[in-house]
Amino acid sequence: MAKLTDSNVFKWLDERVDLSPLTKLLYHKKVPVHSHTIWYYMGGVTLFLFIVQVFTGILLLMYYVPGENSAYESVQFILNKVSFGWLIRNIHSWSANLMILFAFIHMFSAFFTKALRKPRELTWVSGFILLLLGMFFGFSGYLLPWNELAFFATKVGTDIAGAVPFIGDWLKILLRGGDDVTGATLSRFFGFHVAILPAAFTIFLTLHLLLVQRQGMSEPDSFTKLPDEKKKYISFFPDFALRDFLLWLIVLIALLALTVFSPWDLGIKADSLASAPEGIKPEWYFMFMFQTLKYLPPHIWFIEGEVFGLLAFGAAGVIWMVLPFIKIKKKLLIESKYYFYIGVFAIAFIIIMTLIGYLS
Amino acid sequence: MKQDRRGFLNTLLGIGGIGAIASIIYPVFEFLLPPESREPTVSSIKAGAIDQYEVNSAKILKFGREPVILIRKDSGEFSAFSATCTHLDCIVQYRQDTKQILCACHNGHYDLKGRNVSGPPPKPLTEFKVSVINNEITISTMEG
Amino acid sequence: MKNIIRRAYVLFVGTVIFINLPSTVRAYTLQDKVDNCFVCHQENEMLPEGFSENDIHFTSGIGCVGCHGGSAIEEDEEIAMSSKFGFIGVPDKKDIPATCGKCHSDIEFMRQYRPRIATDQVSQYFESVHGKKLKQGDNKVADCTSCHSAHSILPVDDPRSSVYPLNLPETCNHCHGNSDLMYTYKLKSNQYEEYSKSVHGVALLEHRDISAPACNDCHGNHGATPPGIQSISHVCGTCHVNNQQYFEKSNLSTIFSEAGFHGCEECHGYHSIPKPSDDMLGVGEKSVCIKCHDSGDVGYDAALSWGGKLNELRTIHEHAAEVLAEVVKKGMNDVDIDFALKDVNQSLIQLRTFVHTFDSKLIVEKADEGIVLANNALELADKEIEEYYNRRIGFGFATLAFVILAFGVYLKIRKSSNVKHES
Repeated sequence: MAKLTDSNVFKWLDERVDLSPLTKLLYHKKVPVHSHTIWYYMGGVTLFLFIVQVFTGILLLMYYVPGENSAYESVQFILNKVSFGWLIRNIHSWSANLMILFAFIHMFSAFFTKALRKPRELTWVSGFILLLLGMFFGFSGYLLPWNELAFFATKVGTDIAGAVPFIGDWLKILLRGGDDVTGATLSRFFGFHVAILPAAFTIFLTLHLLLVQRQGMSEPDSFTKLPDEKKKYISFFPDFALRDFLLWLIVLIALLALTVFSPWDLGIKADSLASAPEGIKPEWYFMFMFQTLKYLPPHIWFIEGEVFGLLAFGAAGVIWMVLPFIKIKKKLLIESKYYFYIGVFAIAFIIIMTLIGYLS
Repeated sequence: MKQDRRGFLNTLLGIGGIGAIASIIYPVFEFLLPPESREPTVSSIKAGAIDQYEVNSAKILKFGREPVILIRKDSGEFSAFSATCTHLDCIVQYRQDTKQILCACHNGHYDLKGRNVSGPPPKPLTEFKVSVINNEITISTMEG
Repeated sequence: MKNIIRRAYVLFVGTVIFINLPSTVRAYTLQDKVDNCFVCHQENEMLPEGFSENDIHFTSGIGCVGCHGGSAIEEDEEIAMSSKFGFIGVPDKKDIPATCGKCHSDIEFMRQYRPRIATDQVSQYFESVHGKKLKQGDNKVADCTSCHSAHSILPVDDPRSSVYPLNLPETCNHCHGNSDLMYTYKLKSNQYEEYSKSVHGVALLEHRDISAPACNDCHGNHGATPPGIQSISHVCGTCHVNNQQYFEKSNLSTIFSEAGFHGCEECHGYHSIPKPSDDMLGVGEKSVCIKCHDSGDVGYDAALSWGGKLNELRTIHEHAAEVLAEVVKKGMNDVDIDFALKDVNQSLIQLRTFVHTFDSKLIVEKADEGIVLANNALELADKEIEEYYNRRIGFGFATLAFVILAFGVYLKIRKSSNVKHES
């Protein structure tokens, strides 16, 4: 099998720039093989979808014009005038949703394989921040076509942000760029979506990937317990990389199939004076929170139900982020018997609430 | 035998690889080529050369998604107005005999400044700017 | 003595006000002198009922003496209100038109105030039913002040005026809604009620569209009289031009006038004219045709056919509009369909007017023209929607390429996986 290091180009480069750290990483990194190996690929798929997002996002920027009187029209223009505009836009929409989905799967697989244990606490923290940024990416991007559903979803979403105690009003005005969702909000969300979030995301993504490469693959308990002769590995390059690539191709084919067979409607243009249409729903990854807030009674003890819910979600988010550091009775939570049930509860809660949100 | 199989595999990878790259590059390349109508919202249109239009005549043109009536008056000057009647959205026409703009649906009349002068229209027609540069007519919105 | 000081003070203040303050306040004076009628009557709280300082005559400096005679300068009431100064007091009802006409029929005089105002109101008034009855000595009919008021007269374009379009129906209703009074003339008193529910009344009173006709637009202002049989279609035709022209040329028009039917009114009613609907044509429940035509006669068949055509065009237009909305929602190109649909809408509007020709050939032609246009629009829309779903076809190739590549990679993995294992 021809090695990459044999090629002339590689040699030429190596003579000038020392490539040994790279080759060391590529050829010496090993990926354990066991019944949970499949989860190692989820981060890669998320990364791939992010690359697709960057790529299609840049393309869409060529034609998209933010603004109350041009945003909808320019998306319409992309969809029906620009060659393959519909393809690029639909890939961007689908890939965004799949990226969040795979990020969730990736996070829970890390949770259940206990990959967040020492020394990978920071990888977990950075990963969770990436998920939050990804969700905010989705929230801000949703408004950009300036259609009716997005307009009202943003209105509801920013209203909820306005209920946060103390900083709520300030947060709402900061997000909306004024008292109400207007063209100013659109400009702002555009700014978040194409400048602020990509910058922040890049920083945390770099950190996340550097940590992963530096620390290597985490091995679950079931694997470490095995006697050495039974431990199987494959090399990161080319074996794991090829599998990764195959999966990326499959995801790409699925993405295309979704795009072609189930395209996203543009909807009708937002009209700030129109009354809200029936069944305003947030994007699916906000649904469980949205639904929970709806179910809360108007008052819990002395505070408003919605405020209580937001505080609870905030607290849960912080706890989730610092999970690997939490100790109960001098024992790490990860090592306790409750750990597994916490994860099951979180997943069950998210799935059930999301389903209720869509079925009711 | 083994050689054959490796050859087959390489051919497969080659064809698939080239095909895959092509199916990514082609749409992207096409996407980047600007389409015929350059902008999502129309702010001006070309209406052709002056001599296409006879004196005391008019033509309905498409200004984006809005019909516009371009009138060449007796003086040879051009005027353009939205061709949508302000009453019930019928398309107006130019009357050569009375030199007025007429909406045939309910007999609404506008003068050649676009003002509603008789019949049901409640408002004047929106005026468009007509500029003639080197015998070429350009119609644009008043604001821009 | 005290009185004199007060009057001097008023004179002084009046002058200062006249110089410094806006024109409404200037009304306190009469040609830069104090209007003593006003001063005294105000002091003694004897201003006439319904007096308004905004009255157009008062604000223009035509004080009480303009109508009542007397002198506004004299300070002694006995002298001021003496026949020496032509004081007439409250004019007799029968003299009111002449009193107003003193100025309002004088072109030269009126020109000083409103160069474009008409001066034929009095002569018109005496042509009206009101005027004729007044001449005959009927004291219950409307005179100028009944509509314009006596002491708070405002120009017709002032929204506070009793004759401002939005207020006019209420003003007429003042007498015409009085059933006891109307009974003496054998008139109904529910016109206002009917009118306010009509298409015109709703437009004027609810939508505040002052271009919609109030009572005077059909009955005339000063020459108020009910339109006769012959002129009813002319009255309607002043606004509904096409409908009137088509109808006049139609066969039905001749038949109507021979039979003594009232043109437009026969189908549309008069005070309670409802917003016309497509159901008025045809043979359905709301049809006006079947009022005269019975199943089996030519008119019935025509009504059936025209109603069907109109309904067909309207239904297909609605359907096309729905499909257009779908095209927009899918983000496909809707511009051309939108244009095509505008033409269909135009055909539909024109057809509704064309119905008044009562000419089968014209009506069916117009309807068919619209239906063809609608079908074209639908075809365009279908193409767009088809295109939306057909994009997948071009993607066969790309997917094939990706699948081949994926298969190749898979084989490669299988081959190299033979070499793996160990620790």
